[in-house]
Amino acid sequence: MAENCAVIGVGQTQHDSKRIDVSQVGLVREAALRALEDAELDWKDIDALVIGKAPDLFEGVMMPELFLADALGGAGKPMLRVHTAGSVGGTTAIVAASLVQAGVHERVLTVAYEKQSESNAMWALSIQLPFQQGVVAGAGGYFAPLIRAYIRRANAPEDTGIRVALKDRLNALKNPYAHLKFPGITFEQVAQSPMLWDPIRYLETCPSSDGACAMVLGNAKAAKRAPHKSAWVHATAMRTEPTQFAGRDQVNPRAGKDCAKELYAKAGITRPRQDIDCAEIYVPFSWFEPMWMENLGFAPEHEGWKMTYEGATALGGDMPVNMSGGVLSSNPIGASGMLRFAEAANQVRGLAGEHQVEGTRRALGHAYGGGSQYFSMWIVGDQPL
Amino acid sequence: MREVAVVSFAQTPYVRRERGRSEVEMLLPVIGQAIERSGIPKSEIGFTCSGSSDYIAGQAFAFVSAVDALGAWPPISESHVEMDGAWALYEAWVKIQCGHADSALVFAFGRASMGTLPETLTMQLDPYTLQPLGVDAVSLAALQARALLDAGLCTERDMAEVAMRSRRDAKRNAFAQLKGDYEVAKILSEPHLISPLRKHDCPPISDGAAAVVIAAGDLARSKCRRPAWIRGIDHRIEPHQPGFRDLTVSPSTTLAAHKAGAASAPLDLAELHAPFTHQELILRRALALPAAVRINPSGGPLAANPMMAAGLVRIGEAAQRIHDRDAGRALAHATQGHCLQQNLVCVLEGE
Repeated sequence: MAENCAVIGVGQTQHDSKRIDVSQVGLVREAALRALEDAELDWKDIDALVIGKAPDLFEGVMMPELFLADALGGAGKPMLRVHTAGSVGGTTAIVAASLVQAGVHERVLTVAYEKQSESNAMWALSIQLPFQQGVVAGAGGYFAPLIRAYIRRANAPEDTGIRVALKDRLNALKNPYAHLKFPGITFEQVAQSPMLWDPIRYLETCPSSDGACAMVLGNAKAAKRAPHKSAWVHATAMRTEPTQFAGRDQVNPRAGKDCAKELYAKAGITRPRQDIDCAEIYVPFSWFEPMWMENLGFAPEHEGWKMTYEGATALGGDMPVNMSGGVLSSNPIGASGMLRFAEAANQVRGLAGEHQVEGTRRALGHAYGGGSQYFSMWIVGDQPL
Repeated sequence: MREVAVVSFAQTPYVRRERGRSEVEMLLPVIGQAIERSGIPKSEIGFTCSGSSDYIAGQAFAFVSAVDALGAWPPISESHVEMDGAWALYEAWVKIQCGHADSALVFAFGRASMGTLPETLTMQLDPYTLQPLGVDAVSLAALQARALLDAGLCTERDMAEVAMRSRRDAKRNAFAQLKGDYEVAKILSEPHLISPLRKHDCPPISDGAAAVVIAAGDLARSKCRRPAWIRGIDHRIEPHQPGFRDLTVSPSTTLAAHKAGAASAPLDLAELHAPFTHQELILRRALALPAAVRINPSGGPLAANPMMAAGLVRIGEAAQRIHDRDAGRALAHATQGHCLQQNLVCVLEGE
């Protein structure tokens, strides 16, 4: 690796179910301008753009980055568009980081977004093609059986998911950008919310959001000039496994385990729960917190739920997870992964506001996508590795 | 920068309509051939990156199914761009530059027959100001050709000659879709399709797929008798609104070629991703190509134009000619977007 890469600017939009006050252009610019402002940079300081989003069918525009590039100061610059399903926000950040690490560019602006109100994501995901397994009724219908399998395998208490949802929704109250906020929310309210896809209740589900996230990544020289503290990229990793393969374990996917293993090895992490101060991970349905705690090696197999149950993953616990309120509170799909990566960066920068975990020196950003075939992750630290 | 070379290339025959095979079935043999020809065992390939478009396949997450052609078990390090495969190759090249991998498989596929391509490409326009006009891809290209003719930068005869040469050269390309001997005078006697474009000025609509393996330094040398070294690769985008640009020139191509070091030594050939005849004329000028440089010996995109793969095919074709000692130094170009909005230039050289 030729260069160290640092996050020197972070920005995100207000997330909401319908951002009718802005076009797609306005949405991506809102995030990008905040990231530039955070880095005290202008469009002309940016060498290249890396744009990410989930399926183009969500907005009804084929390769929309071609028209968005203008508004992001792209004319005359290199522009890449990444798409790796729900993990795309994370992968986009990794591609942008690699441009800096390779020594190709000094400063890269990366933006991920989704304006889901332009269409209906559930049905865009449910196009049935011959000889292919259908997603049925959106992602909830796909993932519910996997969660039931997890509960059975781990013999997990049935209210684990409710506890995750309550924690994340309380965390979201500390996040000014969060889409869903339920002041004074209680365990009973989550428990009594309608069952959508057993065992996933309404309040254990992510929303469908309009939103964007942007980061300015730079090399050591750029970081030195940055006005705020930088988050240094210690390691990145991604993994993909096939969809149609009988040997897959979709509850605890090997792609996720292998991805984490490579990530930790690169970052010099041997005991993840001790070595990492907090984690922002992709939890679109509450139960994925305990599932991913095991997949990421924070808990032994079948014991991830204990971390939730014992409060380890709460703000103030020994391993805070989803300090921002997570995907359960804001879910512009294409940006959801980058929001995780950006929250990890802001935690080590000490700029996470009310949901700051004090003394964070190393944080994990995690995203997954598809039917749990796609994983992307990074570790950021307050010092270069 | 690490030395990186194209070590193998494989492609499907291109057809108007692939009836019997799904995208995965189109990809399987091509990926297998590219890996086999590279001499690098599949399990040792460090990174995989693909280029495709959901709108071409008519399906969200089309690339997810494509993973089933990879045999991605144990799980692999893999990424995807919603771009022509040439940009997937660029991402893979960056990955190798980082030292995150020493080799990479790059592939791309497009099955335009799943929809009506010119109208599908209308969906690629600014949804607020251009899409509602309903202008399709051929009409926009025609506007560009008209601008070029009006500026006196080419004639309809120049355009017909590009078509004639491309389809004549394609006769030697077993994979080409549209080939044969055409007379310029006869082409010019045909009616306009969308003025000033005639049918011959337009690319065929193609279904097809391609794959390339790239590898770093000594690995490339040990596996390939004559690696096609990537001496430079760069890409640039221009404004999207046709009214914001001078459509008769391609400054993004000129800039990318400059950054890729295209002019630092003479070129033997150029594989240009110019889907329309007049676009080749724009690119030749943007690249300042001397007359001695052979253009599109494969027949180019006028002989087969698999959406999302045609740019990668240009790199593959140029590399193949270096592998075969048919060329010493070659330029490959890829484009996407309307009227050459975004362009990539890759300079390849044998040792």
